[in-house]
Amino acid sequence: MGILKLVGKRLVLSVFVLFGLSILIFLISRVLPGDPVRMALGPRAPEWAVQNMREQMHLDKPLYAQYYYWLSGALRGDLGQSLFTRRAVVDDIKEFLPATMELVLFAGVIMAVFGILLGAVAGRYSNTWVDNSVRIFSYVGVVTPSFVFAILFLLLFGYVLRWFPTAGRLSPGITRPQVITGMVTLDALVTGNFAALGDALWHMVLPAVSLALGGMAQEARITRSTISDNLRKDYIAAAKGFGIPERFVTLKYLLKPSLIPTVSILGLDFASLLGNAFLVELIFNWPGFSRYGINAMLRKDLNAVSAVVMVLGVVFVIVNILVDLVVAGLDPRIRLGAERGK
Amino acid sequence: MTGALLHVQGLKVEFKVYEGVLKVLNGVQMVVHEGERMGLVGEAGCGKTTTMKCVLRILPSPPGKITAGQILFHGRDVLKMTFHQVQRVRGRGIAMIFQDPTAALNPVFTIGDQLMSVIKYGSRDSLGAREVRSRAVAVLHEVQLPDPERILTNYPIQLSGGMRQRVCIAMALSTEPELLIADEPTTSLDVTIQDQILRLLNALVERRSTSVIFITHSLGVVREMADRVYVMYAGSIIESAAKEELFSNPLHPYTQGLMRAVPKLTGGGIAEGIPGRIPDYLNPPAGCRFQPRCPHAWARCVNEVPTLHEVGQGHEVACFRFQEQ
Repeated sequence: MGILKLVGKRLVLSVFVLFGLSILIFLISRVLPGDPVRMALGPRAPEWAVQNMREQMHLDKPLYAQYYYWLSGALRGDLGQSLFTRRAVVDDIKEFLPATMELVLFAGVIMAVFGILLGAVAGRYSNTWVDNSVRIFSYVGVVTPSFVFAILFLLLFGYVLRWFPTAGRLSPGITRPQVITGMVTLDALVTGNFAALGDALWHMVLPAVSLALGGMAQEARITRSTISDNLRKDYIAAAKGFGIPERFVTLKYLLKPSLIPTVSILGLDFASLLGNAFLVELIFNWPGFSRYGINAMLRKDLNAVSAVVMVLGVVFVIVNILVDLVVAGLDPRIRLGAERGK
Repeated sequence: MTGALLHVQGLKVEFKVYEGVLKVLNGVQMVVHEGERMGLVGEAGCGKTTTMKCVLRILPSPPGKITAGQILFHGRDVLKMTFHQVQRVRGRGIAMIFQDPTAALNPVFTIGDQLMSVIKYGSRDSLGAREVRSRAVAVLHEVQLPDPERILTNYPIQLSGGMRQRVCIAMALSTEPELLIADEPTTSLDVTIQDQILRLLNALVERRSTSVIFITHSLGVVREMADRVYVMYAGSIIESAAKEELFSNPLHPYTQGLMRAVPKLTGGGIAEGIPGRIPDYLNPPAGCRFQPRCPHAWARCVNEVPTLHEVGQGHEVACFRFQEQ
């Protein structure tokens, strides 16, 4: 029961967060300089056409009325039309979001797995050369923005060494598997098209790794310090002292309590992957949602900007709830606290 | 010495810290015979727990490092054993109850999970899952915890401090160890529960005739729990004797000071403390480490380190006042 209550509470809070976010992005996108309709139609469009479109999009009405139209549409699942693609924003999202989710999920897995692994090894063998190497990697990883990695990898592994493809999601010769989820790897897996699966993964390596490195460094740092702290805890000494094999103690009794802070940070880092994807997608010419978003902002495509930010907000909220659930699953102190209604 | 269950000889331990090297243990000597209940007394920070962690080879390292000495258990040196051999000493040979049960229990696993792991890996014989479980229930029952089945599903935070220490005692006894180390098992508990836990522990070890090392800083507790007493100061044993002998005839100035520091019910007035503080391990005093606080110190105490000398029937003391020459 405690878990359901926890989730319920978080969901209710999330509604308020998203509501606030929608007002904020609505205002910000509208106070930016420049006339969106003029930008969409071009400098040579006649004034009456511009006026027509303004009325059609309710841009001639006061802000609160515009917001009312937008919100009532959004609640029905209609996020309006893109000024630029001239399609429903919802359709654009359906096309571009899966590519980004695929990339970000892949990066997230790399980040979590290698971050925890590096941190655990460094913590277990603290103050050895392994630990020092991980520490140097962490410093570099934390301070370097992911677009710098992206450019370096693109040049080194893409152009100089030619180990990895430099752009897009699939090689020209490969037919794209039938669209089910929109994620090429998943679709290829479901339809049994392993050539496409391999090729798609190959294309994802460079962008995903450059995205993941920053978060990976962060996870490694956090995991390292909790592991090396917890190694000195009495409960570890006690477990060993009772004759439980040391490897078993490390893998079970040390790892689980040490993962709690890492998982909390993982949620934040996963959300920032979406943000960093904006530039990385641009560099690798990845036809994704973040690239769509950046174009929308540059062109002042009002509905698209609002939609992109709202979708990111929803993903953020979902990831945070998931993280809270995992942390509650790992840590009975939180779970039992929630049960007591604290 | 023959028949010794545990024989610690010349144990030295250093801790590497940022400021330098702490010489924490300075040649600890002690013997525990089979069936003996030994009391180990000393101020906080004198190295009692560190010594015991060395015995089980669970001293966190780094920062701790054993630089010299032997720890013979049944005549075999624990410090020279392979990992596999040490593992067979732990649990079934020697088990330890820690000072703070809250720190000694893993917060994110149930009592059942932890206790059953101890029974599964620590016991002499390999047991099936059902036997492990029934033994866990039995041992929780033995430490007088109500509703053992429910306790197995509880997490440490769902239990009170006293219950947690009972769980720790249950863990330590579940593997039927030959030697039980009880490291100030009542220090972190409410005064009202301390007595209950001591009685329980006493009854349990008596029933099993387990050998015990009982660590404490309270002479009152030693009087109740031990046959033989070792007094430790700043990383070495400075006096050892049978309990009656030690209480009636304490020789080392530090032991005498400890005796005077016990508040008496009769007589009134505040108990005397020992002036001064436990020395700095980074730069320990030359010679006898007690010398800066000792009312009887003379030149020799600064120039030489005293070693344990037998001065009477089983009574040893490390002080130049009781040595010829």
